[in-house]
Amino acid sequence: MHELSVCQALIRQVEEVARRHGAKRVKAIHLEIGPLSGVEPELLRRAYGLAASGTAVEDAELCIEALPLRVRCEECGAESTATANRLLCARCGTWHTRLVSGDEMLLRSLELDM
Amino acid sequence: MCTTCGCTVTPGNRKLAFRPVAGGATTVTVLQNLLADNDRQAEHNRSHLDAHGVLAINLMSSPGSGKTTLLEATLETLGSECRIAVIEGDLETENDARRIRAHGVPAVQITTGSACHLDAHMVHDALHKLNLHDLDLLFIENVGNLVCPASFDLGQHRNVTLLSVTEGDDKPEKYPVIFRAADAVLLTKTDLLPVLGDFDPARAAAHVRRLASDAPVLRLSARRRDGLQDWLAWLRAELEAQRERVARGERVRPRVQPDGARLHVAQP
Repeated sequence: MHELSVCQALIRQVEEVARRHGAKRVKAIHLEIGPLSGVEPELLRRAYGLAASGTAVEDAELCIEALPLRVRCEECGAESTATANRLLCARCGTWHTRLVSGDEMLLRSLELDM
Repeated sequence: MCTTCGCTVTPGNRKLAFRPVAGGATTVTVLQNLLADNDRQAEHNRSHLDAHGVLAINLMSSPGSGKTTLLEATLETLGSECRIAVIEGDLETENDARRIRAHGVPAVQITTGSACHLDAHMVHDALHKLNLHDLDLLFIENVGNLVCPASFDLGQHRNVTLLSVTEGDDKPEKYPVIFRAADAVLLTKTDLLPVLGDFDPARAAAHVRRLASDAPVLRLSARRRDGLQDWLAWLRAELEAQRERVARGERVRPRVQPDGARLHVAQP
């Protein structure tokens, strides 16, 4: 379960940002996770409970926003939603697409009590 | 992460990133990859490798799909053409490193304990045990696992994902993240195809294409030394490409780098 490693890295990042801003407390942590990030939001949530225990961010609320999977077709130019194992253009059906969103594993923002 | 400015705003998350602040607390926008620390270390590793002109290839697959056997067969031929070393990742034992050293090739074993993947820091420590001046090609054999290794950049230039035919031809459909990350997919143990009867290499390749990947899908049996020529030709071409890049001062990263971030560079 690599979600634990990811959470440990996340907590280090959060503590660093909070310290830099001189925050008294981290109220909430906002993440964005795409279906192709390789990280499961539900596992991340559980791992966070373990990894945050005993740290300065123990009480912070973890808010995970699941991002949509979208591709842009390199042949017809259409942008469409896709699924993780079918990154095909919804209009012309080709596999010659580029991911527009869906592989993010991102710390978007923190809510801090100053 | 965007390599130009270091931010992670993509067309997909742009509007979320700058959403107004909720009341009560001060909201600080961070927009950093959760593995930013690992990514920094990986980039450091890559610059180290490039400075010495070394091509690094990360081998990923489930346990028992034939990564070490493939390396042994590769060393037999390529060992006389270029200078090779191997970093081996496993939870326990030095077994794989011993197999590699038996071919007269330096091998560093990383035992991860319970960790299901290698990360850039482990690889960095292993790099310090190798003399990069004496190397052209470095293989990193990741921990056998079709899930976790895909999320961690190690500083390699290319990813190779193996799929042994006993695992079933639908694995790219079931584990899209690791197969999408592959710069080349190897269908291994093809000598077993007649016995199995239900593994269709064309179907496996079609599943890879549905991940919007144009990675070559090569077939081989390392044990029977069969079909190795395409794999060796791919390696030789990559070695040549790396030599040219190093001469021009350019750097290449594997596919694991998010497409969204690459698109972001081109966005206004």
